[in-house]
Amino acid sequence: MNSAPETKGSARQLEAWLLSNTPTSRRHARLGSLYKGWLKLKSNKLAMLGLFILIALVVIAILAPIISPADPFEQNLGNRLKPLGTEGHFLGTDSLGRDLLSRLIYGSQITLYIVALVALIAPVAGLFVGTMAGYLGGWADVVLMRVTDIFLAFPRLVLALAFVAALGAGIENAVIAISLTAWPPYARIARAETLTIRNSDYISAVKLQGAGGLRIIVKHIWPLCISSLIVRVTLDMAGIILAAAGLGFLGLGAQPPSPEWGAMVSEGRKFILDHWWVATVPGLAIFTVSLGFNLLGDGLRDVLDPKDSGDE
Amino acid sequence: MTGLSAKHLNVWFGSGRDRVLAVDDVSFSVASGASFGLVGESGSGKSTILRALTGLAPNWSGEMMVGNEVLQGQRSSAFYKQVQMVFQDPYASLHPRHTVDQMLSETLYLHGVGEIDTHVEKLLDDVGLGNAFRFRYPHQLSGGQRQRVAIARALAPEPEILLLDEPTSALDVSVQAEILNLLTDLRSEHSLTYVMVSHDLAVVGHMCEEIAVMQNGKIVEIMPVADMRSMQAKHDYTQHLLKSSQGYERREFNG
Amino acid sequence: MSKDTDLLEVDDLWVKFPTRTETFEAVRGISFRLGRERLGIVGESGSGKSMTGRAILRLIRKPGIVTANRISLHGQDLMKLTEKQMRNVRGKQISMVMQDPKFSLNPVMTIGDQIVEAYRLHARATRSEAHAKALEMLEAVSIRDPERVFRAYPHEMSGGMGQRIMIAMMLIPDPEILIADEPTSALDVSVQTQVLSIMDRLVQERGMGLIFISHDLNLVSAFCDRVLIMYAGRIVETCRADRLHEAKHPYTRGLLNSLPRLEEPRERLDVLKRDPAWREAASVVDDQ
Repeated sequence: MNSAPETKGSARQLEAWLLSNTPTSRRHARLGSLYKGWLKLKSNKLAMLGLFILIALVVIAILAPIISPADPFEQNLGNRLKPLGTEGHFLGTDSLGRDLLSRLIYGSQITLYIVALVALIAPVAGLFVGTMAGYLGGWADVVLMRVTDIFLAFPRLVLALAFVAALGAGIENAVIAISLTAWPPYARIARAETLTIRNSDYISAVKLQGAGGLRIIVKHIWPLCISSLIVRVTLDMAGIILAAAGLGFLGLGAQPPSPEWGAMVSEGRKFILDHWWVATVPGLAIFTVSLGFNLLGDGLRDVLDPKDSGDE
Repeated sequence: MTGLSAKHLNVWFGSGRDRVLAVDDVSFSVASGASFGLVGESGSGKSTILRALTGLAPNWSGEMMVGNEVLQGQRSSAFYKQVQMVFQDPYASLHPRHTVDQMLSETLYLHGVGEIDTHVEKLLDDVGLGNAFRFRYPHQLSGGQRQRVAIARALAPEPEILLLDEPTSALDVSVQAEILNLLTDLRSEHSLTYVMVSHDLAVVGHMCEEIAVMQNGKIVEIMPVADMRSMQAKHDYTQHLLKSSQGYERREFNG
Repeated sequence: MSKDTDLLEVDDLWVKFPTRTETFEAVRGISFRLGRERLGIVGESGSGKSMTGRAILRLIRKPGIVTANRISLHGQDLMKLTEKQMRNVRGKQISMVMQDPKFSLNPVMTIGDQIVEAYRLHARATRSEAHAKALEMLEAVSIRDPERVFRAYPHEMSGGMGQRIMIAMMLIPDPEILIADEPTSALDVSVQTQVLSIMDRLVQERGMGLIFISHDLNLVSAFCDRVLIMYAGRIVETCRADRLHEAKHPYTRGLLNSLPRLEEPRERLDVLKRDPAWREAASVVDDQ
């Protein structure tokens, strides 16, 4: 079996190796198809902008203690509600005189935390329920999908509110509440995909090898559902950030003095007429990150669409 | 060695008013090592018989036997070691996200075959593909190459009976010739029993010794291939099929 | 060079699809002419035969590129027309029948409405005139109960019926050329003959030109007057259809020999050995 070309070999050689239509090992085949996907994504300028925004978010969140100019919790009542561009406070200060830029930078950590947790819980739960319902059919399908319908019937924020009210306010509970309300659409997508995959010849073919139901679901159906779920998740991320922000805004998510963006908007609301930037700056941050996820999601849809897996 | 047979086989889809009888009181038997053909037009139920045999069509009545064993309910893994199937459309029968290697390795694993690496190489060799194709995805293969992979997958558990559901109807004629030759070679190498479904009399006539003609779910006639070649069909429908496959006569269009 | 009897003349037609690494050439500089005749184009998948049909109607989608010295219809160069003028040519002067009627008919409109709409797009007619014309066309394609079919939806039709309806629809505006791309491949053998003879009768009656694209050598040989054999985007041979079985080019011979035959049983079938030289050889110029 061939090994990867030497790292010092020219980039052109590496590219030819990756784009080869005759891969020589498992790793080669996998890397090759990843690279082709990347090239496709790279040709989409807007998706790259989205990816750039998200990478920037991750970098900022990691480097928060180093790059933030001030302590996000340090109050200075003598220096409150300073406008944009004030000496030492590039984005101004809020009603308690805290540096908005620093709060925004630290807030990115919370946003990332919420997004990551929801993105782990909701689609996985939805994938599980949806593929089971779709593959097993019959009673299992009826029961699982009716449960899904019940969750779908509630307006998301109202249901989340009810959960938070029951579990108590706080970021973790907000995440759980949002995940609980976010999984039903994924279950629906996964079920619809499963129904079309279930009767295909390649599933019949593994059945004829004596494969069991669980194996077929996990190894053969999941890989085909996952791509459409990933796309849907990235498109939903904007909504999830907004829901988290909404809960924060209503005082049911992150608690003060935590610099969560939604809570910051909520605080700034009181001064919006005279000191517009206090609410607008975190609002713009929410908008930018949501946009990033949306753009990337659109790009990923083109790359991951299983319907044109024959990409050449 | 095992043959297979069906007696008074009925297969239906749906239930109540929507119930459609796809196979209607069909009986036939295939001797061990023989090659049996089922021909008919679309909707005649020929493919449904294969699906019923393999357990993919769950609603049936009558009797089906493989070897001395009567088939009922869930098929055992021993059954799938004996009977394998090649599907019609090689563009639909391979998982789009699995490499050839993944597909064959999994099949071997499911049948409890050890030394998977050497077996995969041998299977690819047997179907004339070679190791270069091992790590490709289906979209990196042509139609004929895909069908070779599907045949390799069916051969993996070393079955004695191979069910062929229109294995070449989605392929070009030159590729069809390659696949049919491959099937002929494999049959003599592995002494396989074939049941082949096709709408093309010439293909079935080339591959099979005995041929059943189906219309609307029923077998109207079973005859040896020699009778078919000499156009000695008893049933009108068989005569009609033979005539249509004789090639189109110019006067049909000009008269 | 052009003869008076020519309906269509194609000169040096190329269809190219640029991809990331190279340009894929589906059709590589072919020339042919069509009179009031049945011209067959045969080849395997990927030979460029369908692309040729689509390119004539300029139906190749981006990023595909069509170039030609000339595609002239009665001396009018189709390559020079605007998209709007081209829309007028499609249907009115050149019609196309595709492989599968299921994908060509709108599933939520009755067949009658679809035919009437197609007619009124091209001719100024009242609804009742169009209705009468539609029924007349359905009758012309040997549909027994045209009133019932007029009110039916596409899913209520069998494949053979669907294809006949498509032919009726395509012939309503009285085009001069019909391009049929594998019109009977999705149909059973017995229905095939029926659909083809209907198509043939209509084409003959109206003195139209027919381009019949198919992979089926026997069918083309029996149905057409002349045949172009395509390989890798080029025409490797042209001949009279009834002489197809005497074809000379090794590719054509290979295709003919690879067919199993009921009347001559063989242990093994001949396998086509592709000679790289065929790909490079210049396209045969069709000047019959």
